[in-house]
Amino acid sequence: MAESRKKQWEEKYKSCPERDAKFTTISGIPLKPLYTPEDLPDFDYERDLGYPGEFPFTRGVQTTMYRGRLWTMRQFSGMGTPKDTNKRYKYLLKHGQTGLSVAFDFPTLYGRDSDDPFSHGEVGRCGVAVDTLRDMEIIFDGIPLDKISTSMTINPPAAMLLAMYIVVGEKQGVPAHLLTGTIQNDMLKEYQAQKTWIYPPEPSMRIITDILAFCSDHVPKWNTISISGYHIREAGATAVQELAFTLANGFTYVEYGIKAGLPVDKFAPRLSFFFNSHLDFFEEIAKFRAARRIWAKVMREKYKAQDPRSWLMRFHTQTAGCTLTAQQPENNIVRTAFEALAAVLGGTQSLHTNSMDETYALPTEKAVKIALRTQQLIAYETGVANVIDPLGGSYYVEYLTNEMERRAYEYFDKINALGGVLPAIEKGFFQKEIAKSAYEYQKAIEKREKYHVGINIFQEEEKPDIEILKIPPEVEEEQIKNLKQVKKERNTAKVKEKLHDLRKAAENGENLMPRILECVRAYATLGEMCNTLKEVFGVYREPIIF
Amino acid sequence: MTKKIRVLIGKPGLDGHDRGAKVVAAALRDAGMEVIYTGLHQTCEAIVEAAIQEDVDLIGLSILSGAHMTIFPKVLKLLKERKANIPVIGGGIIPQDDVKKLEKMGVKKIFGPGTPTSEIVEWINNNIGKTVEKSSKGRKAKKVRS
Repeated sequence: MAESRKKQWEEKYKSCPERDAKFTTISGIPLKPLYTPEDLPDFDYERDLGYPGEFPFTRGVQTTMYRGRLWTMRQFSGMGTPKDTNKRYKYLLKHGQTGLSVAFDFPTLYGRDSDDPFSHGEVGRCGVAVDTLRDMEIIFDGIPLDKISTSMTINPPAAMLLAMYIVVGEKQGVPAHLLTGTIQNDMLKEYQAQKTWIYPPEPSMRIITDILAFCSDHVPKWNTISISGYHIREAGATAVQELAFTLANGFTYVEYGIKAGLPVDKFAPRLSFFFNSHLDFFEEIAKFRAARRIWAKVMREKYKAQDPRSWLMRFHTQTAGCTLTAQQPENNIVRTAFEALAAVLGGTQSLHTNSMDETYALPTEKAVKIALRTQQLIAYETGVANVIDPLGGSYYVEYLTNEMERRAYEYFDKINALGGVLPAIEKGFFQKEIAKSAYEYQKAIEKREKYHVGINIFQEEEKPDIEILKIPPEVEEEQIKNLKQVKKERNTAKVKEKLHDLRKAAENGENLMPRILECVRAYATLGEMCNTLKEVFGVYREPIIF
Repeated sequence: MTKKIRVLIGKPGLDGHDRGAKVVAAALRDAGMEVIYTGLHQTCEAIVEAAIQEDVDLIGLSILSGAHMTIFPKVLKLLKERKANIPVIGGGIIPQDDVKKLEKMGVKKIFGPGTPTSEIVEWINNNIGKTVEKSSKGRKAKKVRS
């Protein structure tokens, strides 16, 4: 009976005209006009969804989700000198931000000092400059590290920045075991997409496993890797690729941790994730739900984790910078709101909302406040945080969640066939896949198969007139002056001795973290520490692919 | 046969955001140009050297790090020092005010985010294509004589 009514409806539908459009998700999953129970033939509530805070965590990682506590509102920020950044943090905290997230400038991300010739023109531009412990002391001046959690977007020099944070904590009287936060420390996605590296993949993996081991003993509440799909997506990947590559990277860290002799349940609970929230609303929600389910199953079944905390995937989300337009920038407020809403409906633990002006520069105070308010509006006004996983059971959302999972496994098979993630990086597999998707998306926009308001539809002639944040060139001079001052005041002989010890540790395989902490305490610069390791580990050169 | 337009796409500085550079490189290649992509983390000196060595007709720089007001002038200066008359264009996250300043300084054109690749191809064909054609005729003539 039900079947024949569906057939009747389908007949009726076929006789009606459809909009001239390509009905697919952004990843290219073809879409039917309607989803019904027939699209979920083997659906089993307990097996596929379960309950929030319970295996397979499809409906969320906490029992209460946002009824217990809202997600952490964590705007990624940092610019200019440490003093400028400290001021911005205090501004955001005053306006209701609940966690910090440090954006470092390129020289810092790359392990170079502000006075390195390569840093010229980049100091304090894209984030804050950090050369020594002194800079970290200033960034967190007046910010109690026992009350606030801090996420640091730092990769090749993650060990050094974590060490600086630990020492700032000590100086504030907060012991390492009470510190909460995250270092990104995800080198695999750097080789694939974000392209900030120093050393080749194998030594990078060794530094990472040293961090896993050190933190599980001494900084147990710290998230040791934020396995990041964000940058993979920004570089041009589809949602399916973001999901598949990020999880494949996550599994690779687990394998390296196990290979380094660590019990899986000792480090896996502190692995966290970082996803992008793009414009295709339902595809994004399905991506988050599928990610949790895949991680839980593989951690339990393949890697034999026993501790339920090793099974659950906690993640931070950032709205998609690549969807923002320089044209009609105010529209970016709305795009960001939709993307943030998808992240919340997908069950994120922490969220950054981009500011409308970021296609021109780092955000002004006004723009970043609107972005923060966007999260607060979702949290306090829309009611979406009142019920857990409110879209669970939607025929469409469950179908799409299954489909994302299926397509992710297809990629896992391809990566395995190449010998795993590291060999696939060396063969340029991820780089090629991402570059291909980026170019195809651009072509789809230019052929108007996909739309972007202000870009290929509803364009306007006049140039936008919005306020832009300026970082004055004096920032670089001031930072270099401060660095020189620190170098003058510190005990140079001691710095040399500590760098020597670091080099020895790198050579003989002992855990690097204690040595790095000693270097940091002696006010060794980031560049000095990274260059010392470069002498032992060498530097990475990527194969050029486009 | 007319000579193909040779373009060098460069990523100067420490910035690793190469999506735009790669999309533009692929689009120019599909439009029939010869594209040399430098890869990441290049110094201005290395980019200028590569452009001269490769005898390119145009340099396109992609900068999203905010270092554009340092890098573009440096590349222009180095080209002048080497007496290399190679036009420079750019793209990336660059505020309008700076675009005006850079174009005044001698950067031929800055393409902002959201620019269709077809617009870049058209600009290059209109502004660089003719010179290339002329010089290629000149080169051909030289070759015959030798």
